[in-house]
Amino acid sequence: METLFAILVGILFSAAIYLLLSKQSVRVLLGIALLGSAVNLLLFTSGRLTREIPPIIAAGLDALPNNTANPLPQALILTAIVISFSFFAFLLVLTYRAFQELGTDNTDEMRLAEPKNEPMPPTGY
Amino acid sequence: MASPSSLSVDLSQAFVMAPPGLGEWLVILPPALMITAGALLMMMRHRVDRHGFIAIPALVALVLIDAALLWKVSTGGPVTMMMGRWLPPFGIAFTVDVLGALMALVSALAGLAAGIAALTDISDSGRRYGFFPFLMLLMAGVSGAFLTGDIFNLYVWFEVLLISSFGLLILGSEKQQIDGALKYAVLNLIGTTLFLISVGYLYAIFGTLNMADIALKAREINGAPLMTLSALFILAFAMKAAAFPVNFWLPASYHTPRITVSALFGGLLTKIGIYALLRVIVMLFPVQREELSLVLAIVAVLTMVLSGLGMLAQNDLRRMAGFAVILGIGNMLAGIATDTMVGLSGAVLYALHSILAMTALYLVIGRVKALTGSWTLSAGGGIYSMAPGFAFVSLALFLAVAGLPPFSGLWPKIMLVKASVDIGAWWLAAGILISGFLATIALGRTFLLAYWRPAPESAASVIAGPLKQDRLAAVAILGLAALIVLFGLFPEAPLSLSQQAATGLLDPQSYVRSVFPQGGAQ
Repeated sequence: METLFAILVGILFSAAIYLLLSKQSVRVLLGIALLGSAVNLLLFTSGRLTREIPPIIAAGLDALPNNTANPLPQALILTAIVISFSFFAFLLVLTYRAFQELGTDNTDEMRLAEPKNEPMPPTGY
Repeated sequence: MASPSSLSVDLSQAFVMAPPGLGEWLVILPPALMITAGALLMMMRHRVDRHGFIAIPALVALVLIDAALLWKVSTGGPVTMMMGRWLPPFGIAFTVDVLGALMALVSALAGLAAGIAALTDISDSGRRYGFFPFLMLLMAGVSGAFLTGDIFNLYVWFEVLLISSFGLLILGSEKQQIDGALKYAVLNLIGTTLFLISVGYLYAIFGTLNMADIALKAREINGAPLMTLSALFILAFAMKAAAFPVNFWLPASYHTPRITVSALFGGLLTKIGIYALLRVIVMLFPVQREELSLVLAIVAVLTMVLSGLGMLAQNDLRRMAGFAVILGIGNMLAGIATDTMVGLSGAVLYALHSILAMTALYLVIGRVKALTGSWTLSAGGGIYSMAPGFAFVSLALFLAVAGLPPFSGLWPKIMLVKASVDIGAWWLAAGILISGFLATIALGRTFLLAYWRPAPESAASVIAGPLKQDRLAAVAILGLAALIVLFGLFPEAPLSLSQQAATGLLDPQSYVRSVFPQGGAQ
């Protein structure tokens, strides 16, 4: 199970990186969403994948049996999902506004903050 | 099934039973205060005229709390408070040592200065967009990052300050800002995602997120891929700190927002990456740090020299200041790379100097714009005859940023050069000196062109604006300049504190003991 997930996470990462390298800002955005999912799955896998053993402490014991899934990474994912979701929402609006204001979704043409052919500082007066 | 009341449970197995002392509350107060103030300001979003009356006292309180905290940890050793009273390593620990308290205090001072300057610089519409709430939440994220002792919690504080920085960056929604913000947001988000990946691997290896616990286990563990992990952490934090190959988001975005926002960012944000490098790489992974120090040194030299050249090539003063921020980062990385006591305390000292000096530098540039009506070197001029007092303070700041005596930039630079010569890395020392030389040329030229050169005829009409007399910005700049001069003339106190901080990093025994008073929970 873990091996399968490791391969899946790898595929997601490579797809995300491929999209991040694109020049279209929407693709970059999708790449970020995919990257977030890949990381969440990675965290999920790091806490052992099993559904056979319920995480219940039996009467008379004071700890979980050894091979139950670790609940902590799942709590971490929960935090990470909330964070990445809110960032994604922000980025979505930002990308849309950038497309409206700058009239392009090509990152090569977004040169307003760093214009080409900026004058060099004067060498004397 | 037995009812819960019939069981006698020994809570001391899982909980800290003693109530936290008064001093321990200081550990959690800075972020708690900032979040409360931010929430309060958000509820008052229709009364923007009153925002300053809450924000400034809250920032003053933050400075006082951080000062008390620094006094406590520098005299009594690191302090730990467990959230929810769980016994460590379970539950989130807030552990403060000298390094964290020192950085938190100096950041709070820079935040206060920026808050005061914002009272006139940020218009009513900027306040309605939420400048002061974002400022409070940014300071919450910054304080939390410096004070936490849990690595996942550090990630969460990173995200808190990142989302508030987004809000500040696009305040006003001008085209340039949106362009800069898109690059800033995407690249910083990838940086924090890398950090999250590293935290996931770290948990898979160690089974704990408590930094003191990791520090203990990292010295014993064998056969774990710690080198990969450290390299991932270095990449993530280098991206946050704007180290050379992954720093192009900084010159693309830092000059676009309001100048007060630039001042905050230039002062605070990149230093958090440096702090995280110090905390995670230096304190947690000593063996891997030694192996990777050559990589860090090469990155440091490239960062310094290339940003020095970048400073020379800029006509826009704000963009020049952006490269000055990166130049400082290169110096701090050089200190981390030397991996010695002197080098590390030099890096800490440089970070403190840089927080104050960069905030002040951006605020000064804001005044230059108000006086001459232009951000550029080619159009401005004549400040020396208009405002000689301001020109005097600016010159002091420029000298401090360039690392010349008698100001605060000198001492860390001496320590860094000494540390690099001590380990025989002459090229690292040369990089530090060359980058200082380049910065001196760029800032000296700024003084020559914007201050000494007579004002061009066309600019005479702009100067009568109402922003010319801005007492609050003057208060902020003078306060920071006074700190920088004091720091330069009387370096003993910051010097001994930074040495204490470096000792705590190289030998985290007292940090670990503050979390595990019985010497380990195992």
